[in-house]
Amino acid sequence: MHRAIVLGEHDNTAYVPGRPTELILDGHTFTSVTDTVCGIVETPRPPRAWYIAFAVTVSLTVMLFAMLYLLITRGIGVWGVNSTVGWGWAIVNFVFWVGIGHAGTLISAILFLLRQKWRTSINRFAEAMTIFAVVCAGIFPAIHVGRVWAVHWLFPLPNYHAMWPNFRSPLLWDVFAVGTYATVSLLFWYTGMVPDLATLRDRARTKWRQIIYGIFAIGWRGSHRHWHRFEKAYLILAGLATPLVLSVHSVVSFDFAVSIIPGWHTTIFPPYFVAGAVFSGFAMVGTLLVPARQWFGLKPFITRHHLDNMNKIILATGSMVGYAYAMEFFIAWYGGNAFESFAFVNRAFGPYAWAYWIMISCNVISPQLFWFKRIRTSLPAMWIIYIFVNIGMWFERFVITVTSLSRDFLPSSWAYYKPTTVDILTFAGSFGLFFTLVLLFVRYLPMVAMAEVKTVMPAASAHGGPAHPVGDYHGDIPQDDLDRGKEAH
Amino acid sequence: MYGLVVEFDDPRRLVAACAKVREAGYRRWDAHTPFPIHGMDAAMGIRGTRLPWLVLAGGAAGLGAALLMIWWMNAVDYPLNISGKPLFGLPAAIPVAFEMTVLFSAFAAFLGMWIANGLPRLHHPLLQHEPFRRATSDRFFIVIESTDPRFDPQATRALLASLGGLAVTEVQEQIHEEGAGR
Repeated sequence: MHRAIVLGEHDNTAYVPGRPTELILDGHTFTSVTDTVCGIVETPRPPRAWYIAFAVTVSLTVMLFAMLYLLITRGIGVWGVNSTVGWGWAIVNFVFWVGIGHAGTLISAILFLLRQKWRTSINRFAEAMTIFAVVCAGIFPAIHVGRVWAVHWLFPLPNYHAMWPNFRSPLLWDVFAVGTYATVSLLFWYTGMVPDLATLRDRARTKWRQIIYGIFAIGWRGSHRHWHRFEKAYLILAGLATPLVLSVHSVVSFDFAVSIIPGWHTTIFPPYFVAGAVFSGFAMVGTLLVPARQWFGLKPFITRHHLDNMNKIILATGSMVGYAYAMEFFIAWYGGNAFESFAFVNRAFGPYAWAYWIMISCNVISPQLFWFKRIRTSLPAMWIIYIFVNIGMWFERFVITVTSLSRDFLPSSWAYYKPTTVDILTFAGSFGLFFTLVLLFVRYLPMVAMAEVKTVMPAASAHGGPAHPVGDYHGDIPQDDLDRGKEAH
Repeated sequence: MYGLVVEFDDPRRLVAACAKVREAGYRRWDAHTPFPIHGMDAAMGIRGTRLPWLVLAGGAAGLGAALLMIWWMNAVDYPLNISGKPLFGLPAAIPVAFEMTVLFSAFAAFLGMWIANGLPRLHHPLLQHEPFRRATSDRFFIVIESTDPRFDPQATRALLASLGGLAVTEVQEQIHEEGAGR
């Protein structure tokens, strides 16, 4: 396989005014990009590690379905929820997974509108992660209704009650928001993948590969008249996905904010949830990409510059989350509502203080280390921080959901919530499903958007070449920066 | 014969060549590239697509459908009195109306683009042409169809050969059609 071994790693994280940062390293050409990315999918047998990982994740997925079977046959008594804390891990896990999805849309849509060329190396992977995370998220609201056989009542479908859902309920808004998000993400992902599926079709050596990739490539021939409409549709889909992704986690936050529970009934929730979602999603993308680039020879595509940029976004959104935590506390005190102040003091110093301080240390303190470039560009350090952020963001949803419910207005109804083994195994099983889908994706679909990566290579540009290298910042630099760059040489 | 193709290995040459084909007055021709190339719209004389208008119509349909649905379901067909609030109120209808606007717009963009491009289409003469397999990887092609009014086997071949490409080749129609005695 081409370039399986990379000796040392070129450091392209330095910003030199006037000199664009190269996005694709190691002298890759159009041909070698195709060979490298398709080669991963075309090897007749994946590495042994893939089989081992797949066996583990499939076992966890089987366990997930066993837990769902137990839940449906026995009822939600198998969970730790009680009459005080009616929303337990099911809601925590739902918000956790749907939030993770947001990074994929941010990378694919918002960075596209902002003309961030570095996104081309990672957008396919991040979008795939979005869809798999939303699949995991979708399970939890469906099962937490208790009577799963009546789950179609969530949708405005004619039923034997001759009743319709209540459109003034945020829980119904959620059905529409998450449903639209899953659908539009899938359309966007598939649209971007069609040209790459055509590449796999045209390189197919066996009849089966040709037929299957051929069907999904729907006859794409790279016609420029097609590209013209394709690019317009892609831009429109990006423009639609951008407000959509902001709306989805806003609507998820309405599930809490529209209620009157202390600690939930706040106006800061929509922006705070969106920032947290992007924060957690980037951490999950990083968690997957750092090993994937190593294992699949993608270092020249997903360079340290790409990871450095992602870590800066984690730093920014992590700081927003930290600000939101502080502002919630301030408003709880400044607002002068006794129940609200109690809810926050209770979070930090009550029976769930342990969860609160795990959240604070993982989400507020750990990303601040990314101020240091040495940490931002060190693979082991960033991976450890990603893990911390993943943990912290799960705990954030736990703290929000459980602490407010366990002690609300009436002390006689206070209760402590503890998950059961079924809760824990269901959540672990959802990771099995997520990673099973990720492993199938890396085995059968192009992990890097080849057609998009080729557009940011110098050879693709009409005025590219040695005199005008093409890469990040190209065209975005003020003229005086360019002049200063010339003087420096 | 379906048409004549010329192959390039450099996108910059392709852009210049497309301008020449266009100046020669051909109409049924196309360029095939592994990725979109800037400057090609102008070189080929492609006019803007009307897709955005279709998306606008899709979005308007989604918005209208959502508002109508919410109003009819909660205020007309089965009036639901929730805490004495109005049976239909715009603020509470906005989230669902927004989501359906986006959903319908996205489907309009997705379906509209593929249908306007004449896809899905699982058979095409070009897909049987062996050199064309690299059109989705690292080669760039110009195709002039034999149905073009200006198409002339000799003159068109000479024009394509003069463009600085690698090789000019003939693309046959599908094999079963030849068997039927064209």
